[in-house]
Amino acid sequence: MKIMIVCGNGLGSSLMLEMAVKDVLKELKSDAQVSHADLFTAKSESADLFLGAREIIDNLDDGSRKVASVKNIMDKVEIKAVLEPFLK
Amino acid sequence: MIKFILDILSDPAILIGIFALLGLLLQKAKVADVVAGTIKTILGFVILGAGAQILVGSLDIFRQVFDHAFGLKGTIPNNEAIVALSMKQFGSQTAYVMILGMLVNLLLARLTPLKYIFLTGHHTLFMACLLVAVMSAGGMTGVPLVLVGGAMLGLLMVIMPALTQPFTRKVTGSDSFALGHFGSFGYIAAALVGKVIGKKGRSTEDIKVPESLRFLRDTSISMALTMGILFIVVSLVAGPTFIETSLSGGVNFLVFSIKQALVFSAGVYIILAGVRLLIAEIVPAFKGISDKLIPNAKPALDCPAVFPFAPNAVVIGFMSSFVGGLVAMFITPALGLAVIVPGLIPHFFTGATAGVYGNATGGLRGAVFGAFVNGVLISFLPAVLLTCLGAIGFAGTTFGDTDFSVVGILLSFVMRAH
Repeated sequence: MKIMIVCGNGLGSSLMLEMAVKDVLKELKSDAQVSHADLFTAKSESADLFLGAREIIDNLDDGSRKVASVKNIMDKVEIKAVLEPFLK
Repeated sequence: MIKFILDILSDPAILIGIFALLGLLLQKAKVADVVAGTIKTILGFVILGAGAQILVGSLDIFRQVFDHAFGLKGTIPNNEAIVALSMKQFGSQTAYVMILGMLVNLLLARLTPLKYIFLTGHHTLFMACLLVAVMSAGGMTGVPLVLVGGAMLGLLMVIMPALTQPFTRKVTGSDSFALGHFGSFGYIAAALVGKVIGKKGRSTEDIKVPESLRFLRDTSISMALTMGILFIVVSLVAGPTFIETSLSGGVNFLVFSIKQALVFSAGVYIILAGVRLLIAEIVPAFKGISDKLIPNAKPALDCPAVFPFAPNAVVIGFMSSFVGGLVAMFITPALGLAVIVPGLIPHFFTGATAGVYGNATGGLRGAVFGAFVNGVLISFLPAVLLTCLGAIGFAGTTFGDTDFSVVGILLSFVMRAH
């Protein structure tokens, strides 16, 4: 499974969310691949799940891919709750 | 042999690769990850330089057209552009200052009550670059430059998140993270403006913001659009004759302008890709080390981390800040300073964040006026900063966010006094 983390510039907040997601995945014993990108690049990439803040993810939600959003990018409880349904 | 080592230690691309390598080894990463991560980091540096080369041509043309149209020097603040340009000259000093700054950050977080770990890697890089550029313009070189620069960088990495923290707590409603973004003075100004003039009660989140504005979040698209408009307006004033005879080699002046706007945006896109690769290994290593060494460390995050807490304030703040930038564009030349053409990326990210902070203290009015003040600041301050940057200041671009300007201006002032 491949998870793509997206933010506006693909520099800061997506990298931070990626680190948090990796911690959560380790906890859940998942071997999913995680990477991060800006919105523009993400549109031309493929992944099993696109994850980011809601107002960013809404731009990707055109029915052609699986998306999910989080509010606090450091809140591992929230991230875990969002990710778990997709990992099964 | 000594020459070999010296060559390695003074080549910024290899140097930053070695730092990434050490970070990966310290984290006991797998061999494949160590090799891949090190190569990616070095590639990032090379890509950064390639992007700068593309960008600088278009920037130079914009300058010439603007100068012909208005008889003034127009400057577009863009952190990525100025950093990419100045890294060509000060690459290795910047790399040393960046790494030393991160070590000082760890040390301060371990030993003082300021437990902040500044994780916005590109801003660490940009601030390192600014410090080196200003100190070099002031005549400092070599080891003293690296030591003083690293110490200052490390201090800023804990002080700026600490200064914004009272307001960040208000924004997020918790104490789980801090803001690690060098636009802090703009956000503090916005929060204070919100406190003074804002009315409690009506928040930005109570009103409706048109969905059609969402595409602005796609920075590559919105930058190409605004650069296109800017180029066309400036070209229309300059007139077809000047552009077609001396710049475009006969190509229609509007076609030429639109093309240059797209070249500019492509250049920034490439630089961003380079910066992304450059910091992608160093930041997790930094965080990994801090997790082990510093109990109760508080991560200081990039500004979009606060956007989900007030999504409407993000759009309102951006527009209000941009208006502030447009107003300031007419004020700076009257004061004898360079014309700062409102840059999209700085207004988007810092304007939006200022909107969120203004909203937290003063609702809708706080968001509008707080972000407006931020917009004026990020035009006025970079214009003053230009006078402190030495030769790099003549390239037609400068740093955007407030803290770069405030730190650069103060530092340059102190150096001149000595």
